[in-house]
Amino acid sequence: MKSQKVGEGYCLGIESTADDFSVGIATFKGEILANIIDAYIPPEGGIHPREAARHHAEVADKVIEEAFKTAGIKPKDLTVVAFSQGPGLGPCLRTGATVARTLASYLRVPLVGVNHCVAHIEIGKLKTGAVDPVTLYVSGGNTIVAAFDAGRYRVFGETLDIALGNCLDVFAREAGLRQKAGEPFGAVVEKLAKSGKRLVPLPYTVKGMDMSFSGLLTAAIKALREGGYKLEDLCYSLQETAFSMVVEVTERALAHTEKREVLLTGGVAANKRLQEMVRAIAEEHNAKFCTVPSEYAIDNGAMIAWTGVLAFTHGAITPIEESFVRLRWRLEEVEVPWMG
Amino acid sequence: MDGVNQPLLIKKGAEAYLFLAEWHGKKVVLKRRLPKRYRVPTLDEQIRTYRTIHEAQLMHEAKKAGVPTPTIYFVDMRDSTIIMEFIEGKQLKQLLGEISAENRQHLCRKVGELIGKLHKYGIVHGDLTTSNMIQARDGKIFFVDFGLGEKTRELEAKGVDLHLMKRALQSTHFKFAEECFKSVIEGYSRVLDGETVKNVLDKIGEIERRGRYIAERRNEM
Repeated sequence: MKSQKVGEGYCLGIESTADDFSVGIATFKGEILANIIDAYIPPEGGIHPREAARHHAEVADKVIEEAFKTAGIKPKDLTVVAFSQGPGLGPCLRTGATVARTLASYLRVPLVGVNHCVAHIEIGKLKTGAVDPVTLYVSGGNTIVAAFDAGRYRVFGETLDIALGNCLDVFAREAGLRQKAGEPFGAVVEKLAKSGKRLVPLPYTVKGMDMSFSGLLTAAIKALREGGYKLEDLCYSLQETAFSMVVEVTERALAHTEKREVLLTGGVAANKRLQEMVRAIAEEHNAKFCTVPSEYAIDNGAMIAWTGVLAFTHGAITPIEESFVRLRWRLEEVEVPWMG
Repeated sequence: MDGVNQPLLIKKGAEAYLFLAEWHGKKVVLKRRLPKRYRVPTLDEQIRTYRTIHEAQLMHEAKKAGVPTPTIYFVDMRDSTIIMEFIEGKQLKQLLGEISAENRQHLCRKVGELIGKLHKYGIVHGDLTTSNMIQARDGKIFFVDFGLGEKTRELEAKGVDLHLMKRALQSTHFKFAEECFKSVIEGYSRVLDGETVKNVLDKIGEIERRGRYIAERRNEM
């Protein structure tokens, strides 16, 4: 074992808020040594929280083992164990938390509970070099525009109902599309949208700084069932409408905060059309456009490990008795002392 | 555009630009919604057209509710522009710092009454800041910029509206924000019934506790 100096150490992070079970290992200096992701793909329909949790419990030991192997370190080398404490699906979160508690107790190392949304922003910054961005975080579970101010990441705008990724997923399922490993619903919709040409009128709902996607989804499904529209055109219209909404709010946040960077992250960040739109507003406001590499934009253990490092080195420890999961833990409830 | 002379850019917003200009011999304000190149042209046009019409309608409705707004002279759909009356006067943002405490109280009560009238009529302004209120020479207070407004009777929307007012006061008039907001609520209570006022105030408290808003969190810390 390497002798451990001040400022050196390893953090293992466990992510299990939704359909992915993932384990990452980060050094205190910010190197990501491992990031193993095992996705649960339901045979049909959406994510059933209990089924996903069962998957997580089944693959946990295998994923942890692989993470150690990839990182080239041993369990006893760990300084701290971090886990995604929320927000997310209860059964999934609890499975990850149980694994984390067990590991930390067995190795006699401290435990750190990490906010999933903060982790997305932090790994995005680490991987793109962004320092103080306006973040657009769009995934199957979250749609948030946030920026740092006065000790916390503040939510400037968010969805009032379902997440953007969820809107695309449900539409894809209703249209009878299939996802597979490496090609989630979002990618299937994106591919079809590329050959769409005709814009079908769909509700565009921005209320102040917040957005709503449920009416858009209902209208898109209705158009699908009524027939008379090409599926490609519907995918195109759905994307154009939904993306314009999040980009409009992001632009307002950018104009208001006058930050110099825009960070695009979350599962939907992989979409090339969305990237193009966010890049356009970044250029208009002389800001740098930073898009997070896919492996670190989707739910991943590395982001939990790295945020665990940041929290732990700034004095945060979560005692086991306070490590209960927090299903609705909001981004701005978390203090981020490392953002000076 | 026909008849517009010497437009002078006075404000660049995230969504629209404001120009001061002369139009058929009148001093006017042009509010122009600019195309966004990130949106496909069809959608971009739909959004700009809808919002331009919607804003013009709201300004007109506000008048019916008894709230002075600039008179609309012309709505040009081709380049989504509203041509409206230029209100000669002072923004409340400036004014509040220049007058006596007594006058401030009077002015804020008046503002509260106007907000109450809007809400009673089923309109929320959506961006109640002291820069969006202008006192004309004859003392009348005009509300401008209804770009984020909507017709709604929802309690939540009213709460957010007043909450934004409170926040705007705190950020630009820190020293007397509290007394000003108190007067605003006094004026508001003159127009709306006790129960509604209580519900709206409760709602404001709830919105603040959600912690989305910066100033309240700062005070807590």
